[in-house]
Amino acid sequence: MSARDAISLAIIIFAGTGGELCVTRTMKRIGEVKSFYPHHLLRVIGRAFRSGWMWLGIGLMTLSFFSLLMLLSWENVSFVVPVTALSYVFGAFGGKFLLGEHIEPRRWLGVVLVCLGVLLVCIG
Amino acid sequence: MNFRHRLHGKTLFLIGLMAVFGALGDVLLRKGMKQIGAVASWHPAALLSTFERTFSSGPIWLGITSLLLFFVAYLLVLSWADYSYVQPASATGYLVVAVLGYLLLGEVVPRMRWVGVLIICLGVLLVGGTPPRTTEEG
Repeated sequence: MSARDAISLAIIIFAGTGGELCVTRTMKRIGEVKSFYPHHLLRVIGRAFRSGWMWLGIGLMTLSFFSLLMLLSWENVSFVVPVTALSYVFGAFGGKFLLGEHIEPRRWLGVVLVCLGVLLVCIG
Repeated sequence: MNFRHRLHGKTLFLIGLMAVFGALGDVLLRKGMKQIGAVASWHPAALLSTFERTFSSGPIWLGITSLLLFFVAYLLVLSWADYSYVQPASATGYLVVAVLGYLLLGEVVPRMRWVGVLIICLGVLLVGGTPPRTTEEG
């Protein structure tokens, strides 16, 4: 993996994970979506877009998206997408320390296996 | 059907939609960027030209549409399920990406990469066996 690829990957992971955590924070505050009728969904989306955290999340996810486009212009998708699974490490830590989620040992083991898989994808 | 089964069923359904739309979106983006060509210069004029070609590409817009559908499913599922559950569980999309990359784009996927993807899926199965929510509502 070249330095150029590594920088793009770091932006995808950090901006993407940061964005997802911001969006999660917004949706958790709104509460569980119990009705899937279009007008109810539009009301939920409207409430979400009145949150500053949602817009910060979208900004970070946009940055991640452009970095993904650049990396996809250089490398195959069957390499790029699995490698971005490194974000699981940051996702699990972010979920635990920023959102107060309880991560069970079994879930940690799953995250570790995902990381091992990513390593093999890189070697392959 | 009790509350826990209903919650688990709709969570798995939306994660399935996320896997399909997410993977299809990424494959379409790769198809579009392959047609446009590698970003080779950081000169503003060259970047602007790449930007214009990117957003006048059919596969890129189809990819973005697919990723928007992924995003809607993602937002809905995050309203009740933990982020650290949803994010790893949606990793089944990695297998779909590898298969679609191989079938639709003719990418060469080495054996080691297939093994890596399957191990990712094994991790996903372990993660999927845990409760979707561990924090209090509200």
